Amino acid sequence: MPPVFVIARLTVQESSRRRLLLALLILTLVVVGFSAWGFNKITTMTRGDGTPLPPDQVSLITSQLLIVITFMFSGVLALSAAVVAGPLISGEVESGLLLAMLARPVRRSEVVIGKWLGLAALVAVYAAGAGSLELGAVDWATGYLPPHPVELLMFVAAEGLVLLSLGMLLSTRLSGITAGVIALVAWLMAWIAGVVGDIGTGLQNQALQNVGVVSHLLLPSDGLWRGAIYAMEPDTLIAAMRALGTAGRANPFAAVDPPPLEFMAWVAIWFAVVLGASIWSFRRREI
Amino acid sequence: MAELAEKTEAASAKGKVAGTPAVKTVELTKRFGHTVALAGLSMTVPRGEVFGFLGPNGAGKTTAVKLLLGLLKPTSGEGWLLGRPVGDLRTRSHIGYLPELFRYQGWLSAAEVLALHCELAPLPRSSWKDEISSALETVGLTDRAGDKVSTFSKGMQQRLGLGAALVGEPELVFLDEPTSALDPVGRHDVREIIRGLASRGTAVFLNSHLLSEVEQVCDRVAVVDHGRVIASGTMDELLGGTTVRVRAAGLTQADKNRLSSFGRMDDEGDQMTFASLDADRVPELVASIVSMGGRVYEVAPRHQTLEDRFLQLLEDEETD
Repeated sequence: MPPVFVIARLTVQESSRRRLLLALLILTLVVVGFSAWGFNKITTMTRGDGTPLPPDQVSLITSQLLIVITFMFSGVLALSAAVVAGPLISGEVESGLLLAMLARPVRRSEVVIGKWLGLAALVAVYAAGAGSLELGAVDWATGYLPPHPVELLMFVAAEGLVLLSLGMLLSTRLSGITAGVIALVAWLMAWIAGVVGDIGTGLQNQALQNVGVVSHLLLPSDGLWRGAIYAMEPDTLIAAMRALGTAGRANPFAAVDPPPLEFMAWVAIWFAVVLGASIWSFRRREI
Repeated sequence: MAELAEKTEAASAKGKVAGTPAVKTVELTKRFGHTVALAGLSMTVPRGEVFGFLGPNGAGKTTAVKLLLGLLKPTSGEGWLLGRPVGDLRTRSHIGYLPELFRYQGWLSAAEVLALHCELAPLPRSSWKDEISSALETVGLTDRAGDKVSTFSKGMQQRLGLGAALVGEPELVFLDEPTSALDPVGRHDVREIIRGLASRGTAVFLNSHLLSEVEQVCDRVAVVDHGRVIASGTMDELLGGTTVRVRAAGLTQADKNRLSSFGRMDDEGDQMTFASLDADRVPELVASIVSMGGRVYEVAPRHQTLEDRFLQLLEDEETD
């Protein structure tokens, strides 16, 4: 097996042996169970006159609640990816774990790519598995399924991959805790910058809008989150928000349009640049 | 026929590489900012030789090994391992390395760690089983093959690291302080392993500050201090002198100062040690002490140990 896949396998194996996967599985099942119970309660809600809510309203409430839950889920996924990626390289350099391995015929680029592939596989599988479970539970509880579930899961997974990649880039130079904290703060700031951009849209202030655009370019996590929101919104809601004009676009928990193709192309370039920079940085690191 | 030609070509290629030294460096230098970790290291380690690289803490021993393994980049100078430039990926298939800071995947078993090194080496999968059991047996971990490394003591982890350095019958093995975590039995085992490697023609680059250990197994040594090699040669070349210990009373400090004509002396009161004194001059020394009014109780000439020589070299270096 080529070294890059050996390293990837080792990364997955470590997560499994250290019981990270088991912990995630148990926590996910608990959260999905609770949320299924909570969503089921929506169907039993009544209006003031004691009649049950009409299906349209149940769908609307469910869709909005699902956006909030998905925001938290994507946040937890992104934060976990950043925390795990923070010490990915530096932890093994500092402990000496990489010394004996790098004396083998293994390129440093293979270490970087292998570790990224291993963690990326975990992020993608976890996002797909946990997301599908949650969507299945919501569907079972309320009969509501977001209009674009596959795209939703892909956007959520991609947001996790962005934080994983950023954490790993920082990990090639900084200690684990520093890299993890910087990645977390960057994720939060990108989200806040996205909100500032929304406010700029609402106020039609170009400077504020630019803050959102630039933050999406520097760290595309918030832009991908908007894609996830769009994938969860029913068509009726999107139509209603479009009717509101700029005011409808000034909401961090709503998306009137899907992410433009140019942005998605930039995301692909961003990953290539960050991975390339990680390899460049690690190659120059003295161990 | 084609197979024969292939074998001949392979043998010829191996022969070409085999004719080159195991390690060769020319003016290898490493600076960390203003700190000179290694200053113009030039040396050659022939194949099949056990080479001791000695020096006090911070002398540049580990830096030299890391430079040779491509873990650090030299500021200037060049190095070759097994005839190929440092950093060459193919060469690393023939090299074993036990780092000073040894750490292995705690979530793997000992056998799995060795399998990982077989895979990265890379060795044919069919040979892994034999390689792993042979390495485990050599380092005395056969009984713990299936146990997680996280349950190992530090000494056992160092043994495992040594085992990992041995997989694939390397032509050159770097051992950086290989007995730092071992008990006397473990140290004895490591000496036996090094002798075993030497007997099958493997060159061993041994970084150590345990001088008795080096003295027992090394063919040649280089002493490094402040990033510079201050002496090198075979054991016989380095340890040519005789050390003479004298126990005498009744000498004043002025008398002792006059004895400096017999070479460097460690003055410990009634006990004086002359670090490098020709055995023929011992009667002359005793006569001088007696003529000064000193009473001689004991004169013990002995061959200089590596420790004597090492301390002498470092002291000379400080004086310069």
